[in-house]
Amino acid sequence: MDAVKVLDAKGLACPMPIVKTKKAMDELESGQILEIHTTDKGALNDLPAWAKSSGHEVVKQEEENEVIKFWIKKA
Amino acid sequence: MTVQVMTSADVTKKIFNKEKLFILDVRNQSEYNDWKIEGENFTHLNVPYFELLDGVDGILDKLPSNQDILVVCAKEGSSAMVADMLSEAGLDISYLKGGMKAWSEHLEPVKVGDLKDGGQMYQFVRIGKGCLSYMVVSDGEAALIDATRMTDVFINFADSIGAKITHVLDTHLHADHISGGRQIAEKTGATYWLPPKDATEVTFAYEPLEDENDVTIGHTTINIHAFYSPGHTIGSTSFVVGEQFLLSGDILFINSIGRPDLAGKAEDWVSDLRETLYSRYKALSDELIVLPAHFMTIDELNDNGTVGKKLKTLFAQNHGLNIADEDEFRKMVTENLPPQPNAYQEIRQTNMGKMNPEEEKQREMEIGPNRCAVS
Repeated sequence: MDAVKVLDAKGLACPMPIVKTKKAMDELESGQILEIHTTDKGALNDLPAWAKSSGHEVVKQEEENEVIKFWIKKA
Repeated sequence: MTVQVMTSADVTKKIFNKEKLFILDVRNQSEYNDWKIEGENFTHLNVPYFELLDGVDGILDKLPSNQDILVVCAKEGSSAMVADMLSEAGLDISYLKGGMKAWSEHLEPVKVGDLKDGGQMYQFVRIGKGCLSYMVVSDGEAALIDATRMTDVFINFADSIGAKITHVLDTHLHADHISGGRQIAEKTGATYWLPPKDATEVTFAYEPLEDENDVTIGHTTINIHAFYSPGHTIGSTSFVVGEQFLLSGDILFINSIGRPDLAGKAEDWVSDLRETLYSRYKALSDELIVLPAHFMTIDELNDNGTVGKKLKTLFAQNHGLNIADEDEFRKMVTENLPPQPNAYQEIRQTNMGKMNPEEEKQREMEIGPNRCAVS
């Protein structure tokens, strides 16, 4: 997966992972992919819901040793 | 404008007093739909916090100007952020301390009544989840029934009224919440009682709670008379306390009856459930006040915040006790059941001592409403 940027949001509590994701996303071009690492379990539901409401696409999601990783393609 | 912090205890008071409150719930839609804070005069608006990151202007006209507004989220962080934004927009606003996580764990102790021979019956209302625990107190001794995992609340409450917890009992092996019974017994040196038929797989020592067992507390001998009442689980046991109260566990609730399927044996246990409700309970004094282990909806609360009604009232009004036809009864309790409680298998394993999850994991397992009734 070719992410143009990796956002490390590990250790941050809600709402910061999404606040930071949104900020990083604002700086990308349409079609580019942002990779996000978070340890906040709330992000499991919230990030995809946020992406949906903003029109972005979650292209991949995985969980590895408590770290949740998302790849989101900008609308 | 200032941001205030409201605690779960504050919100509970508003529910008991039937006050008005406007709740702006900023969790995502699926969590909100699954489970929210309910009060008779509470109104709700659900807008996820992640849709408010660019500002709150879009929702200002949906918020009332003449009543308290409480912002709620899962843990607190997002509601504090949204409350700050609304405050900057000129509103008086509060957020819920600790979010739904704290709400789920809040216990409100309320006195149900006095026992005839001296002594008191207290109910601990877990308002966010609908679980009810009980403390019977007599002469400085206390027995605890269906305690939840917030063990300090029970221990501190007993301390505050000068009582020593000597017996801890569970009516059955719970599937919707983690029992605090074993831990409290360990901490206080009390005896822990469990129905043996529900405890065949437990990994710890317990006293078998069997039909016709009497547990006595205090010098005035408050009898906790156990009787076998299978149906929700094979071991489910009810207690008659001081010949005044019927602690019905998950067998009989105020507006509904227990579901027999959480251990995967719905068909097998239907006739047990019917026998218990239609024969064993029928044989008891109908003046007993039924105190269940759960409530389902906020309208089951009495004016003083307790949950309980006379057995004769339930025989007259509870649909589950008034189904003459056995087939119809069987259908009702085995078909069209609500979804099973979150993580109920893991919760059962934990209550058997087979799993030992950390506190954070225990919280997660218990998230959401209880669903121990048939409808």
